[in-house]
Amino acid sequence: MKKYIFKRSIQSLITIWIVIFVVFMLLRLMPTSGYFTRDDYLTMTEEMRQAYLKSIGVLDPPLTQFKNFIVNIFNGDLGRSITVYPRLSITTILKEKIGYSAVFGFASIVISMGLGIPMGILMARYKGKIVDNLGTFYSVIVRAVPSLIYLFLFQVWVSKIFDLPMLFYKDRPESWILPAISMSLSSIAWYAIWLRRFMVDEANRDYIKFAQVKGLSESYVMRKHVLRNAFVPIAIGIPSDLLLIISGSLIIENLYSIPGMGGLLIDSIKQMDNNLVQVLVLIYSVLSVLGVFLGDLLIVFIDPRIRLTESED
Amino acid sequence: MDKMYYNGTELPDDLFDEIPLDEQLSEESGYSNYSYWRSTFRTFFKSKLSIFLVIIIVVLSLFSFLYPVFSNVDPQQVTLDMDKWNVNANSQNWFGTDGLGRDIWARTWYGTRNSLLLALVIALIEVGVGSIVGAIWGYVRRIDPLMIELYNIITNIPSTVYLILLSYILEPSFTTIVIALASSGWIVEAKFMRNKVLSLRESEYNIASQCLGTPLKRIVAKNIIPHLVSLIIMEAALTVPYSIGSEVFLGFVGLGLPLDSVTLGNMVNQGRANFMLYPYQMLYPTLVLCIITISFYIVGNKFADASDPKNHV
Repeated sequence: MKKYIFKRSIQSLITIWIVIFVVFMLLRLMPTSGYFTRDDYLTMTEEMRQAYLKSIGVLDPPLTQFKNFIVNIFNGDLGRSITVYPRLSITTILKEKIGYSAVFGFASIVISMGLGIPMGILMARYKGKIVDNLGTFYSVIVRAVPSLIYLFLFQVWVSKIFDLPMLFYKDRPESWILPAISMSLSSIAWYAIWLRRFMVDEANRDYIKFAQVKGLSESYVMRKHVLRNAFVPIAIGIPSDLLLIISGSLIIENLYSIPGMGGLLIDSIKQMDNNLVQVLVLIYSVLSVLGVFLGDLLIVFIDPRIRLTESED
Repeated sequence: MDKMYYNGTELPDDLFDEIPLDEQLSEESGYSNYSYWRSTFRTFFKSKLSIFLVIIIVVLSLFSFLYPVFSNVDPQQVTLDMDKWNVNANSQNWFGTDGLGRDIWARTWYGTRNSLLLALVIALIEVGVGSIVGAIWGYVRRIDPLMIELYNIITNIPSTVYLILLSYILEPSFTTIVIALASSGWIVEAKFMRNKVLSLRESEYNIASQCLGTPLKRIVAKNIIPHLVSLIIMEAALTVPYSIGSEVFLGFVGLGLPLDSVTLGNMVNQGRANFMLYPYQMLYPTLVLCIITISFYIVGNKFADASDPKNHV
């Protein structure tokens, strides 16, 4: 077990390292105008621009720049944003934004597990009945229709029907309801549909039939055997979901104008804010690699049949 | 011939005849009327919903490809006549006109054609490259760690990074979008195929076939290829709604095709801007888009069910 954790940590570190390196090098392909705020770029002469670039180290060889970037990160200095929030330190920006995304992300996980898991259980229990058909219909709509379309129509129509505010206001808690629910719409379907499939698969196994033949009650078999086994593949994703709540949802934060993390990556890439892009890619890749790692560890505790030894393929 | 025993008593040799291996007879004894493809299609077309949706897909695709050939309405035709701006649906403009007096009916069908083309090209590249790489990946054990690492890296770099870099190098166009979407999609497909190939290769019936001395050619042709071909068809069908959805999303974040190109994604996003005043401008193209994505999604899933031999009668 210890050996496995050690091996996996090393592997994860290598992945993160390569991702950061590749993105860093890709960003060197971007034009250097991305290192200036718009006003600076227009007022400076060409010599001043070159001098400025030299002073911030952009003209150094890429490998030296990469080394400096890493050294700064370890010293706790994430650098400053250039074009998106001119001259603001990235730590400040993140502190401001992560809170919003994390709150909505967490609320959405609670809602989608709270509704999606019972829905999946009901669908599996009454397979082929009306509950199952309704659930399937819902999940087909949510998965096949582009999310922007149903999220937008949800916002417009539901806010009208229930007379809720269409945009997010920090000091009006009733305006938090719609974004939290719309963030859960697709993940409710995700939990329901997969749990249903795993439960149906599991319920067809021979040992389940044996348990029923032995005379165990239906609810006992469902709870102790079917659900427990069907939940293992669902559980793998939970650590990732929890860690990535801070990344926010681009569409929803945009529709409801929530000042969260959602659009930050796209904005920073579009405005070629290289410092911000690097830090964000670093954070996201660390979190997603860590999430996969924790997911693999989690199932060892949930499923005693899974043992992580060197013979694991 | 060895002595035969039954319950400890020796059986005399004259009870047995030695028969030379007869190719034809052995074929006949193993012959069943079962044909994989016939059963797959029979199961698939047994569902009325599948037939209905396949007809819808065929009719809509044919219509959207033929409409531009036979119609003389120019989807880009703007008019200075203010009476013809934002007209609601009527006998002349079946879906009404937009803010520049362009006919939404014509634009919808041009848009459908372009979006379908985009989606089909992406599906072909992703699934084509993905299946070939996935098949090799599943069979050649040695490249597995390398490919897993590549998979982690590619899926960890946000696709917007590729997209921006590409649109910086090339003009934002049909090709850029295809490359950007396919650049991360192919490895996801490849991973999916690799997992399938691995489990097929190790599945009991293939091991049994090998033990019975079935030549590799026959195992590949009868046991493995049918499985993969049905997976490829299914994945291609499911990539279509995904690609159309991505195009809508890219238009939303401002990274889509140029605004003057007519696609469903651009129409949805332009209609969204005027939704409060002229909801029909978004709703009609959205309706066509949803019919297409939902049909492809359901057909893909129904085909997946039908191609599973467990569901064959």
